[in-house]
Amino acid sequence: MANVAVCVLGSLGYDRAAQGAAGAGRALAESVGGELHALVIGPAADDAVAALAAVADRVVVGANESLRDYQPEQALQAAQQLHAAGGGDYVAVLLSNDTYSQEIAPRLAHRLGGSSMADAAAIRVDGDHLLAQRTAYGGKAISIYRLKKQPAVVWLRARGFEPAPEQGAPGDVTSADLTLDPPRIRITGREVAAQEGVRLEDAPVIVSGGRGLGGPEPFQELKKLADAIGAEQGASRAACDAGWVPPNWQVGQTGKKVAPELYIAIAISGASQHLLGMGDSKVVAAINTDADAPIFKHCSFGIVEDYKQVVPLLTEKLQAMAG
Amino acid sequence: MKLLVCLKQILDPDVPARDFQIDPAVKAARRGGANLVTNIFCENAVETALQFREAAGGDVKITALCYGESSAEDCLRKAMAMTVDEACLVERDGNTNPDAAAVGRVLAAAIRRLEQDGGPFDAVLVGRESGDWGVGQTGGLLAEELGRPALGFVESLQPGNGGVTLRRQTDVGIEVAEAEPPFLVTITNNEDNVPRIPKTRDVMMSYRKPLQKLSLADLELDSEEIRAGSSIFEVEEIFIPTDEVECELAEGDTLEERVDQLAKRIHEVVASIG
Repeated sequence: MANVAVCVLGSLGYDRAAQGAAGAGRALAESVGGELHALVIGPAADDAVAALAAVADRVVVGANESLRDYQPEQALQAAQQLHAAGGGDYVAVLLSNDTYSQEIAPRLAHRLGGSSMADAAAIRVDGDHLLAQRTAYGGKAISIYRLKKQPAVVWLRARGFEPAPEQGAPGDVTSADLTLDPPRIRITGREVAAQEGVRLEDAPVIVSGGRGLGGPEPFQELKKLADAIGAEQGASRAACDAGWVPPNWQVGQTGKKVAPELYIAIAISGASQHLLGMGDSKVVAAINTDADAPIFKHCSFGIVEDYKQVVPLLTEKLQAMAG
Repeated sequence: MKLLVCLKQILDPDVPARDFQIDPAVKAARRGGANLVTNIFCENAVETALQFREAAGGDVKITALCYGESSAEDCLRKAMAMTVDEACLVERDGNTNPDAAAVGRVLAAAIRRLEQDGGPFDAVLVGRESGDWGVGQTGGLLAEELGRPALGFVESLQPGNGGVTLRRQTDVGIEVAEAEPPFLVTITNNEDNVPRIPKTRDVMMSYRKPLQKLSLADLELDSEEIRAGSSIFEVEEIFIPTDEVECELAEGDTLEERVDQLAKRIHEVVASIG
């Protein structure tokens, strides 16, 4: 019998991304008639472990204290040992899309003799293999890959998957004692970005600005709009490359991949590079002077107008509506 | 110190969507009239290496390595015009399958060959992902092939305390790391590693710099699996999505009316989130 593992970082807890990864894992486990196991790298909060036990048949926690402080080499060693501790009989090991999981995934695949794949938006079993769907060519195409070796180690566009359902009885929780070597690359400092509010990837509403804004000042105007509707601010590559806003605002192929309930694109033409970063948004609204801009082919509603005319008025109206 | 930068030649990713076509026979993009260019993150990696050499102020040698068709010589010449010291091309046939494991094995074998002749590379720099398939697995797989520690999403390398200080971008902000050579990094872009434009003189000089060519046979990797590039995954299907949605444009005689309509729609969605 073959099982499916979802590999999560204890420090990140059972967040929305981990819930999505577990949901994808449960669906896969059902289709191969196996169990869903959760492999937890590092100590996790009790409620996160309980939440994982509620959705998984088995939870194995690598609880070494040193894993609280993420170091890539050690996290990788931990994942490899947890894989063995969980039984090792996995058709797939799924990870979510945080930076750490992204960097671990291909290396874990290599160590386990499996296939690796990134940023999968859908996965399914086909015969002896897993098929993974994702974008290609900067979002211009969709590609489906056949992963030929087991386990398929895949990091997912995790928030796009439904959370795992709770099972009748909670899964067994065990702790594994791991042997970790001192890392030869050591993360020594973290400068937490001065980004207010939630991570862009978790924001339900995003207001983004692009090249058409022409400079850094208009982002102040967009901030008023964002504040009026409780949104976070993002930007296109052009705006970030120009230095108008910090690089961690960037949405797109070379920036963040976001999936908010509402994405408002202001003075963004909608190059495929950008569309790749926000294409999973539930509702997209656009403000642009160019009616032929590609963004209008990817939005639910919009206005063909200069943002300078629209944004102050729009902000005023939305403030009034919010009461 | 010695640095090695891996380069990939790709179809120009800025080709407009309306000109983009799939060749169903090979399950990849049709080249059409598009240019071949160096993948942007690879150019960021070249720039990052050059800035390390400038910061170190001493004896740092930079080698560029590419696994690609003969046309990829252009990428290596451009890197040398950006003042990379030397280059090596491992020649590949027209097959463009994206299998990162095969690419990792070829690059690792080439690196070991170059190290036999010229000594170890302290750091290997790889672009974070490519602008064509964009699977982003090559760096991690190459690190494992080489058995070296690695860090992803790095934006700068600086000479550090007996090692190299790395800065990298994560979800939570910037992380700083100390690395003892040899190690591998994948490079992402930031405002400081925008690739420099080569000077005319350096472009001319690039043709005098050494460009070594190796074949898969030279690396004892001339197998069907490597040539086909399908050891761990292959493209099952590729298509151009047609999920364009009908955009409802705000209508009305006055700006006031149109913006009012827009505001109502936005308010509706925001209120539904709760």
